[in-house]
Amino acid sequence: MDFAFTPEQESIRDAVEKICQSYDAEYWRRQDQAGEFPEAFVKDMADGGWLGIAMPEEFGGAGLGVTEAALMMQTVARSGAALSGCSAIHINIFGPMPVVVFGNDEQRSRHLPALIRGEDRTCFGVTEPNAGLNTASIETKAERNGNGWVANGRKLWTSTAQTANKILLLARTTAKEDCARPTDGLSLFYTDLNRDYCEVQEIDKMGRMAVDTNAVFIDGLPIPGEDLVGEEGKGFRYLLHGLNPERVLVGVEAVGIGQVALERAVQYAREREVFGRPIGQNQAIQHPLAKAWAELAAAELMAFKAAALYDAGEECGAEANAAKYLGAEAGFSACETAVLTHGGMGYAKEFDVERYMREIFIARIAPVSREMILNYIAERVLDLPRSY
Amino acid sequence: MKILVPVKRVVDYNVKIRVKADQTGVDLNNVKMSMNPFDEIAVEEALRMKEAGSADEVVAVSIGVQQCQETIRTALAMGADRGILVKTDAELEPLHVAKILKAVIDEENPELVILGKQAIDDDCNQTGQMLAALLGRPQGTFASKLELVDGKLNVTREVDAGLQTITIDMPAIVTTDLRLNEPRYASLPNIMKAKKKPIIENTPEDMGIDIAPRLSVLKVEEPPKREAGIKVETVGDLVDKLRNEAGVI
Ligand SMILES: Cc1cc2nc3c(=O)[nH]c(=O)nc-3n(C[C@H](O)[C@H](O)[C@H](O)COP(=O)(O)OP(=O)(O)OC[C@H]3O[C@@H](n4cnc5c(N)ncnc54)[C@H](O)[C@@H]3O)c2cc1C
Repeated sequence: MDFAFTPEQESIRDAVEKICQSYDAEYWRRQDQAGEFPEAFVKDMADGGWLGIAMPEEFGGAGLGVTEAALMMQTVARSGAALSGCSAIHINIFGPMPVVVFGNDEQRSRHLPALIRGEDRTCFGVTEPNAGLNTASIETKAERNGNGWVANGRKLWTSTAQTANKILLLARTTAKEDCARPTDGLSLFYTDLNRDYCEVQEIDKMGRMAVDTNAVFIDGLPIPGEDLVGEEGKGFRYLLHGLNPERVLVGVEAVGIGQVALERAVQYAREREVFGRPIGQNQAIQHPLAKAWAELAAAELMAFKAAALYDAGEECGAEANAAKYLGAEAGFSACETAVLTHGGMGYAKEFDVERYMREIFIARIAPVSREMILNYIAERVLDLPRSY
Repeated sequence: MKILVPVKRVVDYNVKIRVKADQTGVDLNNVKMSMNPFDEIAVEEALRMKEAGSADEVVAVSIGVQQCQETIRTALAMGADRGILVKTDAELEPLHVAKILKAVIDEENPELVILGKQAIDDDCNQTGQMLAALLGRPQGTFASKLELVDGKLNVTREVDAGLQTITIDMPAIVTTDLRLNEPRYASLPNIMKAKKKPIIENTPEDMGIDIAPRLSVLKVEEPPKREAGIKVETVGDLVDKLRNEAGVI
């Protein structure tokens, strides 16, 4: 068992750190307050080739694994960018995996290079208002029309759709009643988010104001036949393939946010003096900080274990789910501790920890809730009867 | 033109260093190591000359433990073409480094050598000057601007009185100051390419260079903690304090 990163992985972390150094706390505070997408940061990441970290080399990517992608995202989060930085690039890192794995060569060479260069931006159209976590009940339909398809329906919580020109769209192509299983009959399309047929409405939300999340109303969107990914009716299975890497990424992003919150809290605890002593000299302040460190370190280990299993081609469902759960909970607890350690200043925007707190909430809710992760572990690992 | 850039592996500038309990040196266990920042500037300058068409090859050389290879990889990831590692576990002094570099230069024959003006670990500020003396080549130290004009090098130097510009003949030795340039960071494709670039290895013994110590460290201590300053109301108070309390005037 070897817990050390390789020199190459360390150089990846160093290089990402250097880019992030140009985007300080004030930058992210401004983006958050103005609700402006961090274009300059995304351009720097794209110019440095970072968006292609996990894409195949033949299409301009670096062909590295989930471990490296996770290290990169954790580094971005930990720099203080938190989800304002991560979510601006996250979907481009693993969202297109179904195209990479199940798309054909024509689709890969048509889509991947532009994504890696940052010229194309995509969004992930899965969640719907009337289906929630029960993805098999989505209502968006795509119907055959000559060589292609026409889609109608409504997506909810579609992040980055304000600026995306592409969408990875899950739609029903065969009615549930006509399928052997409810998860059959769903198809995946990677196609233009054509605004002549799609209305994108931003949702006003609690945090991560810099990166938009939207309701997308799809009204007669024409989809060319060549934009179907893989085979018709197998979309749900294709999506599952990318879920474990995505859980790992969300897990380490949450750990990274917890780590920066902890760093800020420790610094404040050292400097702030009340009753003639630094507040960090009180165990009531020290212990929650020490606990946060321990929980974050454990969550980090689980995430990199899941990543290592995935990169070795082994089953990692339990570990990836656990990593997302542990990362989000440890990150949340660290952010809460950081706010409380700052006392009143924890509530002031100037100290940033309140932003981390608002952003870390997302990692607890999306892309899958805590309850559904525990359902998964109960059923698949503990072999208990399925509860839903 | 070939440019040789020596790069040193040092404690990262962000690390708060701690003195070992036995006062023999600084604790390097589990401490982040990076390329000396002045050397990054040297690599950057060499790459800019290559990109401008005045150089065609940039060679990075590092001297020290096996892990110095990672420092060379960093230079390769920035864009250097190949690396040379002179491997030794011995403590090295500036004169050792200068002698080893001279041997490398005798072999490689670069027209230009760009070094950092000093390394941020020992702050010696000696290697470049010693190297120029050993080679009998002109030196332009503390460079904040370099210009190659008609086969000669104009070096703007940061000196106490301001900026001094000198013209030196090639082949030459240059040491970099902070304001020479702002080094680039490695892009992901270049990190991937760096893996495939060649690094050759050598040792001081194989090169026939004596690295027996000439200096001995007696004791390493933390600098004394600085006391908080005081504010004075008037110039009169200031003069009074300087004269009667600090005793400096
Ligand atoms: C900021 C943000 C960005 C997002 N970005 C995207 C995106 O880009 N693309 C996208 O497709 N989606 C996105 N989502 C959606 C996200 O994936 C969903 O919100 C999430 O999957 C939960 O679905 P839901 O909101 O419909 O919750 P619901 O399914 O309505 O669940 C509500 C609650 O009930 C619980 N629950 C439901 N069923 C059970 C059960 N059987 N047992 C126990 N508990 C249960 C859930 O755990 C949850 O706590 C985003 C969400 C947010 C908040």
